Amino acid sequence: MLKESIKMALENIISNKMRSFLTMLGIIIGVGSVIALITIVSGATSTVTDQVASMGANTVTVQVQGTPLKQGLTQGDVNKIAELSNISGIAPTISGKTTVAFNGNTMDEISLQGKNDVYFENTEDVISSGRIINSIDTENKSRVALIGKDIADELYIGKNPIGQEIKIGGITYNVIGILQESDSFASADTNNSVIIPYTTAMGVVGAKYINSMTVYIADELLADTTTRQIEGVLTKAFNGDEDGYSIVNMQSILDTIESMTSILSMMLGGIASISLVVGGIGIMNMMLVSVTERTSEIGLRKALGAEPKQIQLQFLIESVVLCLIGGIIGFILGVSLAWVVANLIGTSFALTASTVVLAIGFSAIIGVVFGFMPARKASRLNPIDALRSI
Amino acid sequence: MSEKILEMKNLVKTYIMGDEEQVVLKGIDLQINRGDFLSVLGPSGSGKSTLMNIIGCLDVPTSGTYYLSGELIRDLPEAALSHIRNREIGFIFQQFQLLPRLSAQKNVELPLIYAGVPEKERQQRSAHILERVGLANKMKNRPNQLSGGQQQRVAIARALVTEPTILLADEPTGALDQQTGHQIMGLFKELYQEGKTIVMITHDADVAKNGSRIVRIVDGNLSEGVYNA
Ligand SMILES: Nc1ncnc2c1ncn2[C@@H]1O[C@H](COP(=O)(O)OP(=O)(O)OP(=O)(O)O)[C@@H](O)[C@H]1O
Ligand SMILES: [Mg+2]
Repeated sequence: MLKESIKMALENIISNKMRSFLTMLGIIIGVGSVIALITIVSGATSTVTDQVASMGANTVTVQVQGTPLKQGLTQGDVNKIAELSNISGIAPTISGKTTVAFNGNTMDEISLQGKNDVYFENTEDVISSGRIINSIDTENKSRVALIGKDIADELYIGKNPIGQEIKIGGITYNVIGILQESDSFASADTNNSVIIPYTTAMGVVGAKYINSMTVYIADELLADTTTRQIEGVLTKAFNGDEDGYSIVNMQSILDTIESMTSILSMMLGGIASISLVVGGIGIMNMMLVSVTERTSEIGLRKALGAEPKQIQLQFLIESVVLCLIGGIIGFILGVSLAWVVANLIGTSFALTASTVVLAIGFSAIIGVVFGFMPARKASRLNPIDALRSI
Repeated sequence: MSEKILEMKNLVKTYIMGDEEQVVLKGIDLQINRGDFLSVLGPSGSGKSTLMNIIGCLDVPTSGTYYLSGELIRDLPEAALSHIRNREIGFIFQQFQLLPRLSAQKNVELPLIYAGVPEKERQQRSAHILERVGLANKMKNRPNQLSGGQQQRVAIARALVTEPTILLADEPTGALDQQTGHQIMGLFKELYQEGKTIVMITHDADVAKNGSRIVRIVDGNLSEGVYNA
């Protein structure tokens, strides 16, 4: 019976090609625009959140401006933050300018950065060869250095700098690695930089203050609480002056982006689904016309033994099949459009199973909802009146 | 005595139009035995189609009793009436009432679909019955590729295919020319000789003479005619 009904529905749709297509157009446009919007927005969202997350979703970044009385954070301040719960590590940074020299050759205006092992453990691709600064270097205030590509090229012509000495600000260090070459677009030019353990910078070079730090959070869900606790420590460190520092919690940025885009996608989807409702009304209209046109057919089927519910099922299937065909065409168009747009604006394109289910499910539901009334009307026709109407 | 398959007693059908009542069937008593070929003869507006609708379980009487195959037809839900129509009645209409999109064979298969007969058996039975009415080589044709007489043969095949208790025909030759009408009547007579029970409604006395028994209906009253021998 079901098979027969589906066959009859297809036959009827095909025998009224033009009308079926025009009626389907509403569903095609509706499903197409909903799917396109959802796919485009979710692709753009994942591109943006991926970028943000690659900066570290579980990090709190502290920039220190300092106050006239205290220009940065001390090791003691950092230790206080390290004592808070839910902290998996702290990567302080000290920055300054220095001069480097090897074998009598000197380079000025070199960026000097003091970092620790935590930074290297959480950051990929910092060096191109050699080894990174480890916890032993940090603890022992070792005189080891990572040097930028330009420095390596200029000071160690024809030699491998690793294992060689280097004079940084007059003090001798051992070169343990070469920094990854930075391209011209990078925010920080590492080619003219040297990196040493920050403890060395404080203990040996004599830097007093830490200029910035990245705090790694153990449990991202508690990021907000931990951020507030860090703020407390910092405010105290600057004697109640909140202008001494600025703090950025990545997780809260991610949350904001995600909630904004999900509102956006719901709004756009909602607007687009109005066209789905319009499409549904089109289906209902066509089904009502079809019932009227086929009144005598319905009467005949009843005379031959069709139960009302069988007639109802037949018309319902017809409406669902109509909507499904429209939905599938709309889905293909919507996805294609999303693909083109994603390629044009350079966001990621991902087709999820839930989108497919959404498109197919929505079309079927529209078919049932808007086909119900015409189908019931057909099933209630009196066979005598129906047969007479030729 | 042959087996009684249909019995009506004091059957009344009243139509209410606004606040006016019209009594269309005024107390009909009728009995049909298995193997009868009954012609119901009457002028236009006399209530023939109304009677046929009640016999065919498309409509129910206002009062009186109607037994079909021993079952009292009254106040049954629509689905139950559908089953009775499917099982007991083979309808033949003046305008054939074939579905234009379906082939002759598919048209004949329709009542079998509603009887829940599997596809393969439907094909066998419809092919067999179309052969019986002389359309073995027209099974794949659509109604508009058939003459009026051939279309009525398809309709007859469709009525026969479920092996119903009664073949119920309303003006079966009404839309055909005289010669084709004769051929269709020839087929009816053959079916009668095979033992089928036929109720044929007509306003044409010549057509009515084909029946084994004639009843006249005038202004809602039924009177037994003469046996046609
Ligand atoms: N649904 C209805 N509502 C009201 N009156 C009806 C209805 N159906 C039939 N009638 C009336 O009942 C009377 C008998 O109608 P019926 O169709 O049975 O006549 P008939 O004998 O079949 O005539 P014909 O030979 O012209 O087909 C007519 O006067 C008709 O107007
Ligand atoms: Mg009539």
